[in-house]
Amino acid sequence: MFLHSVCETNKPLSASHSSASRLSSFFHRYANPGRFLRLGKVLQPWLTWPAIALTLTGLIWGLFFSPADWQQGDSVRIMYIHVPTAILASAGYAALALCSVLSLVWRHPLADLAAAEIGPVGACITALCLATGSLWGKPMWGAWWVWDARLTSVLILFFLYLGHITLIRAFDDQQRGYRAAAILAIAGAVDLPIIKFSVQWWNTLHQPDSITLTSAPTMSGSMLWPLALSMLGISLGFAAIVLARLRASVMESRIRSLLSNQRRHNGDLS
Amino acid sequence: MTHLPFIIASYGLFIALALYLSAGAALRLRTARLKLLSLEPAKPSSPGKKSVS
Repeated sequence: MFLHSVCETNKPLSASHSSASRLSSFFHRYANPGRFLRLGKVLQPWLTWPAIALTLTGLIWGLFFSPADWQQGDSVRIMYIHVPTAILASAGYAALALCSVLSLVWRHPLADLAAAEIGPVGACITALCLATGSLWGKPMWGAWWVWDARLTSVLILFFLYLGHITLIRAFDDQQRGYRAAAILAIAGAVDLPIIKFSVQWWNTLHQPDSITLTSAPTMSGSMLWPLALSMLGISLGFAAIVLARLRASVMESRIRSLLSNQRRHNGDLS
Repeated sequence: MTHLPFIIASYGLFIALALYLSAGAALRLRTARLKLLSLEPAKPSSPGKKSVS
């Protein structure tokens, strides 16, 4: 309905200008804090409760009811946490880079706040991915860490997240901080294909992908289902946490603005 | 060598981090909502207008 109304108003414009304007209007529709907070309030339970239910089901299934691997034994159960966090670490950074593009190109006011909230959660998820990888690597490879292409590129991703968090807070002028962090986030996105294809481009100790979009999964359904459930649950949980933090951030901006207005008003009276 | 300590450590780390992030987000949201409610003057409710929080 909204897109239809935009199309109606843009009739005289050229096709390319019209579509750009439509895209911009779509992104700016939720720039209004009140509208975003109302939408966020509706979405929050729809993300939170399925996240809890799916994560618990996937992890309990994976921990107690899925079979042990014939080669790796029970340590394969670490996969039900390691794989979702590994995928989410990259997906979270892709979302961070997308918010940075929205901020730099369209000056979307919520994009900077969203990027600032995705950063710390993404860094925690990446740290968990590295830690669980290390805990899986020790019994399998006999080492906590190896300077393998996949591990090293994920470590660089973790440092990119940390750099983003630091840059946002590094300037007195917050807008400059947001801009510098957005540039870093976009430049750092080059690490994402390196992470994805590192196991194909280099001879790595890390195993190749078991699940790809182009071929059938190389693992049994008895392991695939709990993995899919935990992946979906942890992803929804990530979205729920980021949404809650973003809603809080929008409210905090409103609080700062109200307090500043109050101070100005009191100054005018005195 | 048993793998149990590695599995327990992985699941323990996940649970600790999930609790830390979700409790932190919920607490921050609650604090912001309460502070906003105390600052914003109560508006008379009109049809078609909904609360922002």
